[in-house]
Amino acid sequence: MRLEPRPAPGMATLVLLPLGAILVTVLAASLLVLAAGASPLSVFGLVLKGAAGTQFALLETLTRATPLIFTGLAIAVAFRAKLWNIGAEAQLYAGAVATVVLGTGALPLPAPILVPLLMIAAVSAGALLLLGPAILKTRFGVDEVVTTLLLNFIMLLFVSMLLEGVLKDPMGLGWPQSQKLIAEARLPRIITGKRLHYGFVVAVFSAIVVWIIMKKTALGYEMRAVGHNPTAARFAGIPVNGVLLKTAILSGGLAALAGFSEVAGLKGNLTLDLSPGFGYSGIVVAMLAMLNPLGVVAAAIFVAGIFVGADAMSRTAGVPSYIANVMVATALLTMVTAIMLTRFKVRWR
Amino acid sequence: MTSSVLRLSSITKRFGPLTANDAISFELAPGEVVALLGENGAGKTTLMNILFGHYVADEGTVEVFGEALPPGDPRAALEAGVGMVHQHFTLADNMTVLENIALGTESPWRLSLDRRRAAARIRALATDFGLEVDPAATISALTVGERQRVEILKALYRDARILILDEPTAVLTPIETEALFSTLRKLVAKGLSIIFISHKLNEVLAISDRVVVLRAGKLSGERRTAGATRQELAALMVGQEVAPPAVPEVARGPVLLKLYGVSTTGRGTRQRLDDVSLALIGGEITGLAGVSGNGQAALADLIAGLEKPASGRIEIASAAIADWSPRAALAAGIARIPEDRHAVGTIGDMSVTENVMAEQYRAPRFSKRGFLDWKAARAFAEEIIRDYDVKCPSPEARIRLLSGGNMQKLILGRALDPDPAVILANQPTRGLDVGAIAYVHGRLLAARARGAAILLISEDLEEIMALSDRILVMSNGRLSTPSARGERSVRDLAELMAGHGLEAA
Ligand SMILES: Nc1ncnc2c1ncn2[C@@H]1O[C@H](COP(=O)(O)OP(=O)(O)OP(=O)(O)O)[C@@H](O)[C@H]1O
Ligand SMILES: [Mg+2]
Repeated sequence: MRLEPRPAPGMATLVLLPLGAILVTVLAASLLVLAAGASPLSVFGLVLKGAAGTQFALLETLTRATPLIFTGLAIAVAFRAKLWNIGAEAQLYAGAVATVVLGTGALPLPAPILVPLLMIAAVSAGALLLLGPAILKTRFGVDEVVTTLLLNFIMLLFVSMLLEGVLKDPMGLGWPQSQKLIAEARLPRIITGKRLHYGFVVAVFSAIVVWIIMKKTALGYEMRAVGHNPTAARFAGIPVNGVLLKTAILSGGLAALAGFSEVAGLKGNLTLDLSPGFGYSGIVVAMLAMLNPLGVVAAAIFVAGIFVGADAMSRTAGVPSYIANVMVATALLTMVTAIMLTRFKVRWR
Repeated sequence: MTSSVLRLSSITKRFGPLTANDAISFELAPGEVVALLGENGAGKTTLMNILFGHYVADEGTVEVFGEALPPGDPRAALEAGVGMVHQHFTLADNMTVLENIALGTESPWRLSLDRRRAAARIRALATDFGLEVDPAATISALTVGERQRVEILKALYRDARILILDEPTAVLTPIETEALFSTLRKLVAKGLSIIFISHKLNEVLAISDRVVVLRAGKLSGERRTAGATRQELAALMVGQEVAPPAVPEVARGPVLLKLYGVSTTGRGTRQRLDDVSLALIGGEITGLAGVSGNGQAALADLIAGLEKPASGRIEIASAAIADWSPRAALAAGIARIPEDRHAVGTIGDMSVTENVMAEQYRAPRFSKRGFLDWKAARAFAEEIIRDYDVKCPSPEARIRLLSGGNMQKLILGRALDPDPAVILANQPTRGLDVGAIAYVHGRLLAARARGAAILLISEDLEEIMALSDRILVMSNGRLSTPSARGERSVRDLAELMAGHGLEAA
């Protein structure tokens, strides 16, 4: 077996590859379902129904996709510049903390002013949190994979400390949770009575903005150049370190918006289980999307659908919902392989 | 015809619309050295990659010692006795010479390798063929010439009977080239056959028995070397005679760049600059000769903005420069042609357009308020492709896929487009075909006529002597006094390059 480099992949390849990866994923998961003693056809039928079969299911999937779009964008942006941000989880919580600190009554402002203000605060908090590792990387060559990953744990402990201390809701019956946001700080629901909130709209809008940044602006060009070959980029006069810092601000800010939107749109307050690993799932989303910001929206909905659908399925079919984790992980692996195939052609002998 | 060790039969290879090899057939006799000639992008590397199994031909077959090679299988090629030294080296930098040579020859299931035996074998091969290199040295600590010896040893270690050398001399100094040739002669004496790719016609005449010429993917000519002349080969390759550059008198301008007693710290094991003073004058080409590794790279990095002076200062158009960086150098009107076009000059996975705009994307011509004008960028790429006669599939093609010469033309176009006041040309014609070299020289001379100050760094003394108005020699990080055109003989320059007589300077 040989690998041959191939010219830039065509549009068809770019669309077919993720679809192929999803197909492989479903096939692999089928084996597990068989092993669990159920019929793959009916199980996947149930997953599909649970993810998109009813209006309720679909809205639930979109609600779940919202934070994944933000973290997926955060990762896509960072990975483009080869800034390995594994700390979207921490940046998400930083955004959430900023939101509850300012949104629980500290700023008595009307909603049209308060909501944007909270977003700015969240973005700043997330950006600052990633700026640290980015500066350590550009100044001293400290590996950002390690620093951003470790910050996840530090951040979670910090949040836990806040929720047991200064941010603890005195009316919370002793639970480690913050006070509720004031009404002016909440993101409204898109359909009254349903959980889907305007965070989803902000997420899709962000994806479009990021797409424009990557495609049309000098910054996007700089980020790609730095990601592909920092030596040549520096030679050509691109300020490599500056670009990495800007990337960190953008990436950290986007991840923090996930925290803002979960608190202000969905939960209303901060708890330690605000994110079931959205920061990590964002990596899968970004890879499935091949780091394309618009692809992130589709990939996030797909991944969210698997989780939501698997939950519903496990309630009826009795197959554990862990199948969702397996599927998402398999999708990541097949996708990484598939991405290699866009760059190389395999020749058998 | 029992006597051929290698037979290529009507090899055709297409990359999309481009036919890189078009029904090419030729044979190689035992103990024969065939030189493969052809313009940049003619398809030489592609053909050798097919022979070695890196690429699979669309049509045609390869026979080695009478047996057909399975296509696309380098291991089979190795086993059949084909060894290849690539245009770009393929050694693992952080491993030792011994590991690089012996790894992969052992069964993958054996965890340890018999170092003693391997080292002894390497030493024996090295002394037999004049390829001295320490088996225990790490690759990253070796010079380019030494790395190449390791590549050759790697092939010999695997009992190669046919050795393919893709532009082995492009990165060698004349002395190293001589050493390589004596190695090759010893190998031929042992009955090995060699395919040798080079753009340097004097080398081709010196080493080969037969010349095979490719043009635009087709086999366009074949000659016995005995009796052939340089002019004849050049004409076969390019389709016309190539005249040596005419260097007209031009009026001298003002001093455009000045270094006052600059020293640098030298990164890693790099030779540092030691109290270097230099003035580049408008309308002049200043040639910098020297054995590589004597500080030319440090001087180039300094002028390119990659390195800051540790002491001393840089003055451009009589204004001292405070914050020195590649961007500052560009803003000061310095065009830079880097030595390493793959690692430094281009971003391989980005398109031709994205590469040519890299030094100017912030200019109003290409961006407004942070937004890029892709239409303008593409038009610019097309302009350079046209003006510099670059062969490439389209401006959207990844630059990695271009042949070395075409890549160099793009870099040249990018650097010279803004009509720079100062031009730093570091090995600008390395790996280029005769036509392309004449072209690059023409462009540099045109810039000189326009009043630009040019610093030409080259290991090719002939090139330096042909173009330079003034020649400087660098040795141990120090510069010699300048000499005017024709003032110092080749022998004088070689003395200086060896480090004699610099103390007096
Ligand atoms: N993998 C590839 N995909 C598409 N085009 C390719 C690929 N490899 C080579 N080419 C094209 O094939 C042509 C021949 O390239 P090749 O590298 O064989 O030239 P060459 O004769 O070795 O040139 P040089 O003297 O510059 O090294 C070039 O136009 C090049 O752009
Ligand atoms: Mg080549």
